[in-house]
Amino acid sequence: MQKQSLSDRRRGGFLTDPKVVPYVFVAPFVIYFLVVYLYPTIATILMSFQRIEGPTSVEWIGLKNYERLFSRNYIQALETTARYAFWDVVVLTIVPLLVAVILHSKFVKFASFFKSLFFIPALTSIIVAGIVFRLAFGTLPTAPVNRLVQMFGKEPRDWLMYAGTGNMVLIILTLWRWMGVNIIYYLSGIQAIPTDLYEAAEIDGAGAVSKFFHVTLPGIKPVLIYVITITVLGGFAMFTESVALWQQNNPGGVGRTIVGYMYLMGFYKNNMGLASAVGLTLLVLVLGVNLIQLILMGFFKKED
Amino acid sequence: MKKLLAVLLAALMVLGMFGALAEEEPIHLTLWTFQELHTQLYKEMLEKWNANPDNPKLDIDMQVYPYEDMHNKLTIALQSGEGAPDIVDIEINMFANYLKGDIQLAELNDIVEPIEDHLVMSRFNNYAKDGKFYGIDHHIGACIVWYNTEILEEAGVDYTTIKTWDDYHEAGKIVLEKTGKPMCTWESKDCWSIYPLVNQHGGDWLTPDNEVRMDEQVVIDTLAFMRSMLDDGTAVPCPGGNHHSEEYYGWMNAGNCASVSMPFWYLNRFTDYMPDLAGKMKVAPMPLWPDGGHKSAQMGGTGTAVVKTSPNVEVAKQWLAYATLSFEGCVNTWLILGFDPIMTDVYGSEEMKAPNKFFDYYDDTIFDMLKTVLDDIPDTCITEYFPAAGDIVRNQMAYDLVMSDKPVDEIAKDCAQELRDQIF
Repeated sequence: MQKQSLSDRRRGGFLTDPKVVPYVFVAPFVIYFLVVYLYPTIATILMSFQRIEGPTSVEWIGLKNYERLFSRNYIQALETTARYAFWDVVVLTIVPLLVAVILHSKFVKFASFFKSLFFIPALTSIIVAGIVFRLAFGTLPTAPVNRLVQMFGKEPRDWLMYAGTGNMVLIILTLWRWMGVNIIYYLSGIQAIPTDLYEAAEIDGAGAVSKFFHVTLPGIKPVLIYVITITVLGGFAMFTESVALWQQNNPGGVGRTIVGYMYLMGFYKNNMGLASAVGLTLLVLVLGVNLIQLILMGFFKKED
Repeated sequence: MKKLLAVLLAALMVLGMFGALAEEEPIHLTLWTFQELHTQLYKEMLEKWNANPDNPKLDIDMQVYPYEDMHNKLTIALQSGEGAPDIVDIEINMFANYLKGDIQLAELNDIVEPIEDHLVMSRFNNYAKDGKFYGIDHHIGACIVWYNTEILEEAGVDYTTIKTWDDYHEAGKIVLEKTGKPMCTWESKDCWSIYPLVNQHGGDWLTPDNEVRMDEQVVIDTLAFMRSMLDDGTAVPCPGGNHHSEEYYGWMNAGNCASVSMPFWYLNRFTDYMPDLAGKMKVAPMPLWPDGGHKSAQMGGTGTAVVKTSPNVEVAKQWLAYATLSFEGCVNTWLILGFDPIMTDVYGSEEMKAPNKFFDYYDDTIFDMLKTVLDDIPDTCITEYFPAAGDIVRNQMAYDLVMSDKPVDEIAKDCAQELRDQIF
C-alpha cells in the first residue's frame, strides 16, 4: 500500500512533471555551457580591462590593454595565423575530398585498409610527431628532407627558419595528421548519396568529372560545410602543432600564431590582462570569418 | 581460512603501528623542478641532512616537470593561492614574473645575510626585490670558451694566444682557410650568443628603473662584430638554431666547429651529449673587448625559492640553506652537477679536487682558469620586464642578426622599440 503511494508520488513529482522534464534533459548541457563557456568568456572580457599581478593585486586600467595590443609581434602573429588558416582550409578540404572519392570508387582494392592507414596519424602524439618532423626538416644538409631535395638537384635549406617554408612544413604536418579524420567525414557523406543518382547521370551521358561536380559535390554539401567550418576554427586556433615544431623559441616569430602569442603574454610574461584582450580579438576574428563563410555557402538560407 | 587471514591482517596492522611509533614521523615537503639533474644534488643533500640526528626528519617529494609546464603550474598555483609546492626551482628568465605585485615567495635574508661575505652576492641580486632575497642560485654561470684543439692544431693556431675578440676573429680566418671549418656558431633562436657578448662588453637590456638599453652603441658594436664574423664565414648560424638542439650536439660532436662560447654550466652538455670530443676540448677565458668591458659575464641560472604559504616555511628554508649555501652543498654542486659554485670559499679547496667526470673529460686546470676571471664579472640587470626583453632577444634580435641582412643598428632600434612598447 505504502509502496504504491510512493510510486504515485514519484509519478507526479516535480522532476517528472511533463513541463519540467525537457529542462531536466537539457540541464547537463546548460550547466556545462554556463560553467565551461559562458563564465570564462565573461571573466575574459572583464580581465581584458585589468592589470593582474597575483591573487590579490587586480587593478582596473580601462582600455590600456587594447592600446598596447597592436605591436609588431601581434601583427606578425595575425599574419602567421591568417596564412596558416588560409592554406589549412584550401589543402585540408580539397585533398581529403579527392582521396575520399578515390577510396569510394570501385577501382580501389582494400579500401578499408587504406582508410585505417590514413586515420592512424590522428591517434599519434602530436609532440612525438613534431619532433620527428623537426628533425626531418632539420638545418643540416644531411637532414632527411634536405637529402631528398638534393637528389632532385635542389639546394638544401633551413626549412623551419623562414616564414614561407615553415608554414609549408606546418601544413604538411597538419595534413598528415588530420587528413584521415576529414576522409571519414567525406566518406560518410558520399556513402549516403543514393546510387540511382549516379546511374541516372550515367544514362544522361555524364563522365566521371561531371558526376563529381553535379552529383557528389551537391550531395555532400552539408558535410562540406561542416568540414570547412571546423577547419577554419582549427586553423585559427592552431597552437600545439606550432609548439611541437618550434618549442618555446620561435625564430623571428615564423611559427608564432595568435594563440601562441596569447599564451606567451599570459603565461610566459605573466600578463593575463593583455592575453585576455588578445583572446577576445581572436574570438571576434573567428566569429567574423565563420559567419562570412556560412553566409557564402548558403547555410542560413531556407531549404528549398 | 578467512579467520587465519583476518588474524594475519590484524597482526600486520599492530606491527605497522609499532613500526610507526618507533620512527619519528618525518615532515613532508614538496619540491618542484624542471631540471632533473638538480634532484641528484637534492637527494644527496637530503640523505646527509637526515643522517644528522639533530635535524628534524624530512621527506621531500621531488617532482620533475617540463620547463614550461612547471612554470605555468606555478603561476596558476600562486595566483589562485592553492596547490603550490613548498620549495620550487624557478628559472632566471621567469623569476621576475613571481616578483610582481603581492609576492608569494618567502624572504630568504635570514639564511643569506649571515654568510654574505662568503658568497658571490651578484647572483642573489638577480632574485631580489627591494633588498629582499627570494631565490638561491646554484652557480655563477661565468661565460668561457671551449676550443676544439684538434681542429686548431690542424690549422696551426694556439688558442692560448687568443686574447681579444679581434684575435679570435683573425684565428677564425686561419682556421677557415686551413680546415674549411667555421670558428664558431651564433644562435639564431636563443640568447646565449648575443647576451654574453653584449654583457661582457658592458651592455645590458634594461636599467633597474626599466629604461631600455637595447639600442645603445655598445649593443650595436657587439652585433656589428658578430655580423662581421658571419659575413666572412668564420661564424655560421648554429645548426638547429641554438646550442641546446640535438642537431648541434651531433654536428659539434663530429668535429665540425673549432669553438663555442657558453656559460660554465655547459660543461655537462659536452660530457653528456658530445662524448667523442673527450680530451680534445679545452676551456679558456672569453677573449676581451679591445675597447673595455669585462673578463666574463654571468649567464643563466635557477633561483630556488620557498613558497610563503607553505606550512613548513622555516624548516624548508633551513634545508635549502644546507643543500645550497653550505660548504658541503657547494662542493657537491661541482662534484655532482659540474656547476661553478656560488661560495667563494670552495675555490681552491682540497674537496674540489676529487676526481669526477668533468676532470676526466677536460683536465684538472678548469678552476685555475676560472679563478682568473671571477674578479671581473658584471651584474646582469633582472627586472620585471626581463622576461619580455629575453623573448625579444631570442626571437627577434638573434633571428634578425643571424638569418637576415638587416643592418645591425636597425635591429637594435627595432628591438628596443618593441621592448619599450611592452613596458607600462
